[in-house]
Amino acid sequence: MTRLIGILVGLGFTFVVLLAFVMGAFTWATEEVAETAEHAFHKPAEPLKLASNGPFGKFDRQQLQRGYQVYKEVCAACHSMHLLSFRNLTEIGYSEAQVKAEAASWTVPGIDPNTGEANTRPGIPTDRFPSPYPNETAARAANNNANPPDLSLITKARPHGPEYLHSLLTGYQEQPAELLEKFPEAKTGVGLYYNPYFANLNIAMPPPLSTDGQVTYADGTEATINQMSTDVTAFLVWTAEPTLEKRNQTGWPVLGFLIFATVLAWFAKKQVWADLKPRKQKT
Amino acid sequence: MATTTGTAEPEALAEGEGVRRRDFINIAAVSAAGIGGVATLVPLISQMAPSKDVLAESTTELDLSAIEPGQAIKAVFRKQPVFVRNLTPKEIQEANAVPVSSLRDPQTLAERTKEGHENWLVTMGVCTHLGCVPLGAGEGENRGEFGGYFCPCHGSHYDTAARIRKGPAPTNLVVPDYTFNSDTVIVIG
Amino acid sequence: MSFPWAKHYEPKAPLMRWLDEKLPLPRLVYNSIGAGYPVPRNLNYAWNFGVLAGFCLVLQIVTGVILAMHYAANAGVAFDSVEHIMRDVNWGWLLRYAHANGASFFFVVIYIHIFRGFFYSSYKAPREMVWLLGVVIFLLMMATAFMGYVLPWGQMSFWGAKVITGLFGAIPLVGESIQVWLLGGYAPDNAALNRFFSLHFLLPFVIAGVVILHIWALHIPGSSNPTGVEVKSESDTIPFHPYYTAKDGFGLGVALILYFTFVFYLPNALGHADNYIPANPLSTPAHIVPEWYFWPFYAILRAFTADFILPAKLWGVLAMFAAILVWFFLPWLDKSPVRSGHYRPLFRKFFWFGLIPAMLVLFYCGGAAAEEPYVMISQIATAYYFLHFLVILPIISSIEKPEPLPFSITEAVLGTDTQAVLSDNTTPAN
Repeated sequence: MTRLIGILVGLGFTFVVLLAFVMGAFTWATEEVAETAEHAFHKPAEPLKLASNGPFGKFDRQQLQRGYQVYKEVCAACHSMHLLSFRNLTEIGYSEAQVKAEAASWTVPGIDPNTGEANTRPGIPTDRFPSPYPNETAARAANNNANPPDLSLITKARPHGPEYLHSLLTGYQEQPAELLEKFPEAKTGVGLYYNPYFANLNIAMPPPLSTDGQVTYADGTEATINQMSTDVTAFLVWTAEPTLEKRNQTGWPVLGFLIFATVLAWFAKKQVWADLKPRKQKT
Repeated sequence: MATTTGTAEPEALAEGEGVRRRDFINIAAVSAAGIGGVATLVPLISQMAPSKDVLAESTTELDLSAIEPGQAIKAVFRKQPVFVRNLTPKEIQEANAVPVSSLRDPQTLAERTKEGHENWLVTMGVCTHLGCVPLGAGEGENRGEFGGYFCPCHGSHYDTAARIRKGPAPTNLVVPDYTFNSDTVIVIG
Repeated sequence: MSFPWAKHYEPKAPLMRWLDEKLPLPRLVYNSIGAGYPVPRNLNYAWNFGVLAGFCLVLQIVTGVILAMHYAANAGVAFDSVEHIMRDVNWGWLLRYAHANGASFFFVVIYIHIFRGFFYSSYKAPREMVWLLGVVIFLLMMATAFMGYVLPWGQMSFWGAKVITGLFGAIPLVGESIQVWLLGGYAPDNAALNRFFSLHFLLPFVIAGVVILHIWALHIPGSSNPTGVEVKSESDTIPFHPYYTAKDGFGLGVALILYFTFVFYLPNALGHADNYIPANPLSTPAHIVPEWYFWPFYAILRAFTADFILPAKLWGVLAMFAAILVWFFLPWLDKSPVRSGHYRPLFRKFFWFGLIPAMLVLFYCGGAAAEEPYVMISQIATAYYFLHFLVILPIISSIEKPEPLPFSITEAVLGTDTQAVLSDNTTPAN
């Protein structure tokens, strides 16, 4: 009885799903899927070599400091980084005193101790990085109705984040004539910028790194666009996961110990089973 | 890994020359499992210790310039109240007049303040009896029989140097570690 | 119950004797996973996965309880509290990655455990109850994992909660009310997040309870084995300890190496980048996919695209639930007298060349975008899935001619069994 009902139910589901298949296949075979500009012109992110890549990766602190400088002088005008505090900068090689001075160079929201009204004050190390806009509405109003995302986690919040970010920052270009020819309606709109690495090809962010030497590096490194975007990407890899280096370093002793213990367990298992001595093995 | 330990009952199935090596390997494997288990406890236990953001807030910087003689402020240090009092000459005199040997917790005012800044009395606002916050830092609050602080929970009276004089508290109000960064700025912790 | 030749627990130390009289816990352990539990001597490494699943449950409960010490179940701060764990809590990153990847590891183990059961027909009498309880555990695990994925309150969390509770909206008449009731609002928000957290904390302990029943039910007939021939005599079994404790210890070591490779070096490989974006009710991610362990069922859900008497959406929801519920009926759908796939030529072909490829295709399509040709491929695989369990299994169990079984486990392992010669009963049972 169970089997009879089962067969009927099974055939029922099979019939319905095959019906859906036939209808889907018919549509697929008869209807032409229109080619889109995104599909034809979107480029996957280019590979990027960073010191923190791979299982032995370590942060290049000099580079992170340069990246921080790019963030501070360029990105921070529009993008917040609210998961980071100034105190975190000690982890990329700044001393306590430098961090204190750095924090004081930022203005953070405060409260007037006499009136209780909102005001601003210089930052202290335990403050978080301030947001450039008081709220999302203000951010949208200032940016052509686009909300600049928080950058704390940006390299983890995009597939192949570091590569994507670097490609995006260096990928601004004129819209190809070929694209306009094939898809005249896909012309980049007002207030948008053509970037083949962005999902829909047209990004609201103006090219942030536009000229070589836009930032004057404290360590004298030549600030080419490529250099600046690599440095800021390295920095944002760190902000997304400051514990990455520790994770890489902790993993090896743990795995090494486990391999050792597993080899021991294998010999122990062999010893325990030795006296059973099957003449014929069959699994 | 704990499963390999099981109920440790040595199986005496094979006797003779193989026994010693066999025992050694089994003991080694079970010990490795044990070491692994103990190592696992490190993150499981240390995660309860104060996290980095809590530790980062374990120092407090205070500007004393606005505190007039005779006034006190209540600040926060490690999520606990800290009293900063600008002692008047009269209060300093009163505190120094007490014979140290008569105190429950003998300390001079000089030992409880920084050299050159004897008028600044910085103490935790935590009664050493059971941890209540004593009165006396705020304007118009009961300062007890000895003109310092008074803990209303169980009636501990502290004098102008915040030393215990009467009541159940065993020791003086604690003076936290602090330093003068300048004449008017102290860093606690 | 146990076999008559099972070793008896005899405490020697006075303290253990005293404890045995008052609270015979050591006796319970001895008889269930110690030397007092006789187990077929021929179990292969596929039988390691039960113990491994138990380990995973403990791992998830321990890391989960710890994460709950730092996590804040409030829509305003949940996302930041997870990042607080990652950045500020001592070893917090390790604990969170261990828990997130632990869920994946748990499902890998449980899928292998279930498919071991399919191949060796572990669901058959006298172990139907073991199987039924196992399916209950699997359902509870899916609910727990789903609610756990909502807790970080990222984009995938939010939209996952919205889409999955939306499934209940497919129920005619009352669907919408049920969805609103489940969420405590019109869209996922604080109310939903808080109840999911509460249930996510509770359910693992319910699972632990059902696991105890699962093991209890297993110990009544004793473990199955790769030949599918029941235990006949003492020579067919060996004590669980030390033989299988040693074997499970080695298996656990191998599993932990794989697991920690993910935890330390690929911690986000099984997750989704969108979940590092805080939940935003106003913008949907480009394509919403659940965690990988739900993909086969998600593919089945999406395969039903045509209205036929009922709306397509309702068919999808029915089919998705039916795809798991059908497992409850397996003991009665498959009537073959032989258990092990090793001795069932026809069943074996359908298993390796039908069910396994169909499952792999469903896994792949469930994670792919909802576009052609993936939808059509998943429709074929879905059709096979239902045919396999509901039509093919019942039919082949009637028409198949099984290969000859060994007389006993001993014979299968050692080549001969003296009892087979001495005994009158030389016809293989089952």
